[in-house]
Amino acid sequence: MDAYHTESPEPQPDGADSAPLLHARALRTRSVGPIDLQLHAGECVCLRGESGSGKSLLLRALADLDPHDGEVLLAGVLAASMSGPEWRRQVALLAADSPWWEPTVGRHFRTGEPLGLQSLGFSAATMAWSVERLSSGERQRLALLRVLDNRPRVLLLDEPTANLDPIATRRVEQLLQEYRRDSDAALLWVSHDPVQIERVSERVFQLVDGRITEVARCN
Amino acid sequence: MQLIKLTPLDLSLAAGLVLALALLSLRMRLALTGQIAIAALRTTVQLLLVGLVLEALFAAVHLLWMIAIASVMLLIAGREVMARQRYRFTGWWGFGMGTVSMFVSAFSVTLLALTVIIQVRPWYTPQYAIPLLGMLLGNTMTGIAVGLDRLTQTAWQQRAGIEARLAHGQDWRQAIGGIRRDAARSGMIPIINAMAAAGVVSLPGMMTGQILAGSPPLQAVKYQILMMFLISAGTGFGTLAALQLGSRRLFDARQRLRLDRLRVPDIHAHG
Repeated sequence: MDAYHTESPEPQPDGADSAPLLHARALRTRSVGPIDLQLHAGECVCLRGESGSGKSLLLRALADLDPHDGEVLLAGVLAASMSGPEWRRQVALLAADSPWWEPTVGRHFRTGEPLGLQSLGFSAATMAWSVERLSSGERQRLALLRVLDNRPRVLLLDEPTANLDPIATRRVEQLLQEYRRDSDAALLWVSHDPVQIERVSERVFQLVDGRITEVARCN
Repeated sequence: MQLIKLTPLDLSLAAGLVLALALLSLRMRLALTGQIAIAALRTTVQLLLVGLVLEALFAAVHLLWMIAIASVMLLIAGREVMARQRYRFTGWWGFGMGTVSMFVSAFSVTLLALTVIIQVRPWYTPQYAIPLLGMLLGNTMTGIAVGLDRLTQTAWQQRAGIEARLAHGQDWRQAIGGIRRDAARSGMIPIINAMAAAGVVSLPGMMTGQILAGSPPLQAVKYQILMMFLISAGTGFGTLAALQLGSRRLFDARQRLRLDRLRVPDIHAHG
């Protein structure tokens, strides 16, 4: 069996039969698919797979940044029934290396002091920094805060700790777990680190040749 | 003042100057001799042909003839806009976008000038309609070509930034806004500069021609001012229209960046 089928009951944080928060049905994009995938509110699912297996393509399709076949629903509502921008504010993609488009950090945020700023080691002064002087680790951590600024219900995370040292990695993991718990958000987290996967996820999927399979359930 | 008629001998003397230039560049090994010869030949043949066509048109004033010649001018200009794009829209859009924008702006401005400002009767009198339309199309064409080229090239280079903004939940207008404004500026700045420099740095060709043909300078100047305004308006509106169509076409109904709608030149095929 090379596709993950959604009929089997899922272990639920709150109640057994709640509808999935994010539901992809027969999703196909370029070399990826068909993919059936369900993410529940408050759940963290890890996705692994070799480079080129289509992980980023899958995330892009879920965020509706690439044309695709099949359908994706958020809390039972079809993506097609809302505008692209509205969908992407709720089903947010954190790309592996996300560019900055304004001259200073703060102009990318709605609020003066974004959620999680302190816990990732920044201060209010960071908002005045020029994006030119950011290190790759700072860019990555601030990009996460930028995504959280929209208060998304689903987070699609493409290796969110790839450029970070162990301490910063743990801070990011902690912030994401807090956000998930407090906002009841679902996380789909691409990671290559088996220890990290073990640490953060409840279920693990593997993407091979554009097909997805559930490979593990963690506690 | 009477117009002094040019004889073939007069033109040959001027051609002698071009020949001298060709010989000099041959001697300096500029590899331009062939190009100079071909360009000189083309200008002679093309202009003589246009002269013949205009003579015929002036002799037989008819609306259908005007529509025919205007359509040919428009199609050639549309093709030229497309040919100047490095990142060209695929399919009908590559040709249609520039052509439609030129049609909307250059034709309406010409029509307005003929019917309301100059009030020539009939309004399609070729002596007025063709030079006006020609100058408007020529300038609008350049503005649109420069603007669209800038838009598509910058969008391609800054695609990661555009997608980051889309992923952040911005709509297509916000995501492409800065690039579109830059493209509009580069399309419109040449004509604004031409207006600012007219008469001080350069004597515009049309006015010079009228003066040579015997018009009183102040009459020629008034026509030139009129043309400057018409050309600026035509170029500006045409460029903005083309950029509106072009930037919308870069995104689909779901507001995804669709660079697959551009034909990327080979130079980037492996990059």
